[in-house]
Amino acid sequence: MPKITFITATGESIIAEGTSGSVMELAKQYNVSGIDGDCGGVCSCATCHVHVAPADFNKTGAASEIEADMLELDDNVIKFSRLCCQIEVSDAVDGVTLTVPG
Amino acid sequence: MKVSKLPDPFKSAREDKGYGEMDDQNDPVTMLLRLKDVRKSAHKYQTFTSEAKPGRIVVPSEVAIRDVRQIPFEVDPPMHRDYRTLVEDWFRRPNAPDYQAKLSVLVEEVVALALSADKIEVINEFSLRLQSRALTLLLNVPLEISKTWIDWGTHVFRSEGEALDGNKAAILYDYIDKEIDKAIANPGEDMYSVLLASEINGRKLTKEEVKGVMILTFAGGRDTVINALTNTIAYFSDHPESLIRLRREPEIIDKTVEELIRYFSPLTHMGRVVTEDTVVCEHAVKADTRVSLCWASANRDAAVFERPNEVILDRKMNPHVGFGFSHHNCLGATHARQILKTLIRTLTEKVSSIEILESEDNIEELGHFKRKVGFHKLVAVFS
Repeated sequence: MPKITFITATGESIIAEGTSGSVMELAKQYNVSGIDGDCGGVCSCATCHVHVAPADFNKTGAASEIEADMLELDDNVIKFSRLCCQIEVSDAVDGVTLTVPG
Repeated sequence: MKVSKLPDPFKSAREDKGYGEMDDQNDPVTMLLRLKDVRKSAHKYQTFTSEAKPGRIVVPSEVAIRDVRQIPFEVDPPMHRDYRTLVEDWFRRPNAPDYQAKLSVLVEEVVALALSADKIEVINEFSLRLQSRALTLLLNVPLEISKTWIDWGTHVFRSEGEALDGNKAAILYDYIDKEIDKAIANPGEDMYSVLLASEINGRKLTKEEVKGVMILTFAGGRDTVINALTNTIAYFSDHPESLIRLRREPEIIDKTVEELIRYFSPLTHMGRVVTEDTVVCEHAVKADTRVSLCWASANRDAAVFERPNEVILDRKMNPHVGFGFSHHNCLGATHARQILKTLIRTLTEKVSSIEILESEDNIEELGHFKRKVGFHKLVAVFS
């Protein structure tokens, strides 16, 4: 089962396991602080912003154009930013580390 | 034309030049119509401020009827962040299971009433009733208080044939003053008391600040929620197949709520005051004039949304701005989403069809744009 590590803004580390759905949904299931997913995962609210560990960025891939447009206006955006509602839980992302921006 | 259809009056202006113009009580407004421009301008508070004279960023302007600053709505960062942090947890309570259970009971009661009547006028007998009753949960006050709010009618600020009604606004402001005084005398667990006990930057919120938050809570969530509920009923009347699909696939209800909010855009636009001479869409706008962020137009922008004029229940990429965008995105969105989710779920469980007998459109006039935002009257039979 794919494992994903979330690191919250306060430095807490949460290892989550799931088989399907989006990474945002997985984070909510594990009550990861700072991942609200207000819009339910349609890329409208940017409340599921994470920084992907640089070494894992090839696993998640880069943001799509619509997602990148949303991130562009987030004050905490970096090169490795993603909205995790747009990342599917699958073997492809097994082992990635995602940090919730402060 | 189907009764639930909300045409997009902005298409040609949005595609040709990207902005529109309208007058409003001799304080003209340049309307920004494209999604990207709307989002960027919403984000750039330094140039497009919300912290103007109270009431001026609202279109139609409320300058003539209001002196109290709505909080956090009419405050820019960084102070905005402090206010927002103070109230955010309270406005996220609709995510809690016990809040949702109470809301379900309220929604089921209103739907049961509609089913038991021969016919109902949806705005007054369904949407206003549900909006007011649900607001008691958000404020954490007894349900019977909603009777007073229902008696106020559908508009807090507006009345028939008159954009702004100072007398109606006074009813709300006087009411809030009295409720704040009651909470000072007898503090409880209601929103007034919680705000009065709150501290910002090491001091208690003032009575004026509490009033500013309460006015925003009442006014911001009234017409908008009523329009969203009424339009939802009209939509399912026209689209019984959607109700059937949602009954079979309840897992898509979250996406449906976002799509209906995009399509309905219950708040057409919101203004900002320009702080420095600047340019939008190659059009010069002067300092101390107004622009508006036209959510309704941005939400039909074909540069972003495929088939923008269709309701696609499970639309996957839906970066709509129906709840605004950036710092000032809708504080009541969690509550509003939860009402709509609960309503849709309840309709799929309890209602087989909705028939519209009579309708009268509510059309806003915005310069030469005419936008249907909902209804003045909608008579329906639930079965």
